[in-house]
Amino acid sequence: MTSASGESAATGQPAATDQPTASDQWRLYEVFVRARRGLSHHHVGSVHAPDAQMALRNARDLYTRREEGVSIWVAAAADITASSPQEKDSFFDPAGDKVYRHPTFYDLPDGVQM
Amino acid sequence: MYGATFGEDQSQTGDEVVDAVGLEHFEALIEQDSRIEPRDWMPLAYRQTMIRQIAQHAHSEIIGMQPEGNFVTRAPSLRRKAILLAKIQDEAGHGQYLYSALETLGMSRDQAMDLLHAGTHKYSSVFNYPALTWADMGAIGWLVDGAAIVNQVALCRTSYGPYARAMVRICKEESFHQRQGYEALVVLSRGTLEQRAMCQDAINRWWWPALMMFGPPDGQSSHTAQSMAWKIKRQTNDELRQKFIDMTVPQAEVIGMSLPDPELRWNAATGHYDHGPIDWDEMYRVVRGDGPCNQQRLAHRNQCHDEGQWVREAANAYAAKHAPRAAEGSAA
Repeated sequence: MTSASGESAATGQPAATDQPTASDQWRLYEVFVRARRGLSHHHVGSVHAPDAQMALRNARDLYTRREEGVSIWVAAAADITASSPQEKDSFFDPAGDKVYRHPTFYDLPDGVQM
Repeated sequence: MYGATFGEDQSQTGDEVVDAVGLEHFEALIEQDSRIEPRDWMPLAYRQTMIRQIAQHAHSEIIGMQPEGNFVTRAPSLRRKAILLAKIQDEAGHGQYLYSALETLGMSRDQAMDLLHAGTHKYSSVFNYPALTWADMGAIGWLVDGAAIVNQVALCRTSYGPYARAMVRICKEESFHQRQGYEALVVLSRGTLEQRAMCQDAINRWWWPALMMFGPPDGQSSHTAQSMAWKIKRQTNDELRQKFIDMTVPQAEVIGMSLPDPELRWNAATGHYDHGPIDWDEMYRVVRGDGPCNQQRLAHRNQCHDEGQWVREAANAYAAKHAPRAAEGSAA
């Protein structure tokens, strides 16, 4: 980790240690909010919580203070499988040369309504 | 908004290992005005700069709850009390958004809080000035939040994706912070002679600390050049400070209050307000820890954290008690 040691002679406060504190063991949950009916859930951020139920409550307090949502999902970040940025090019390559999947690929006679 | 830390950890520790392909990709992204995302390779100094800046920003939100928290029971009406509570809750939330962004760089929230509590990490020096009267609640909202918003609007386009996304959300939520403060001063400015004097006094005390929030002048700022090159900062300290002054002077005129700078005047040639010298010795003194409230703010934060320990333990106990039941439920 890149942090300093946490020692501080100037303040006389206890120095930070490597000992985990109670919330250190809390899992990270990613939060998804449905803004209103008819829309899908969108990723809005993350929260820490000791379990999923409390993650939901924390997410409610943190991400819907202004009626931003009608439904929340939380998913443990550790359970999410992500593509790797290193494979970015090879992973997405197969779609790269298939421009015929877009309507703009096709030539149409002038004046036709479609 | 932040997230996307899943997958193998890309954060570097100790000596920097330069990944030539990674560096080329990083520089191309900066050049294209694109965003750096958590799992991209980034130079160690970029990571450290972001950690320092985001941590200081997060801590400022958390420490910034104290001056107002002290006035919740003394707000002059139920309306003002509700507003103050909402603003303080927002500040707690903004701190959390920023700690989440920090975590994507490899520093946990607990680690950052420990460093704050130990006095190793800094927060904005403006919170080391005392809030003495109700008018200070107005002046803090108008001037301190006003200055913060000018800074934060510029940061919505910062090159680190999670930080930029946090800023967008924070800016949306914070515009009411400044308005409620200004509105409180409007009310005082239309009040009795004593109320007007209280209003002017608070403005006089908060004006200079608000200007110092933009940091040292460009010539003395050790981070500005590199941060501009990496597009972490989009405008310099002096540019942002000038923007704030130009916005604020007319707002002071509307409520018939003066700003405590005899040299403040419109310059038609530059299209900006000229201002008098800022006492940078005072700013450095407060940054070093000799402000009026440095010790009090830090001691209070430590006390709150310690007194909240039982809540964290209770949450753990509750989760442990319900874990077997949840496991049964999912097995069924």
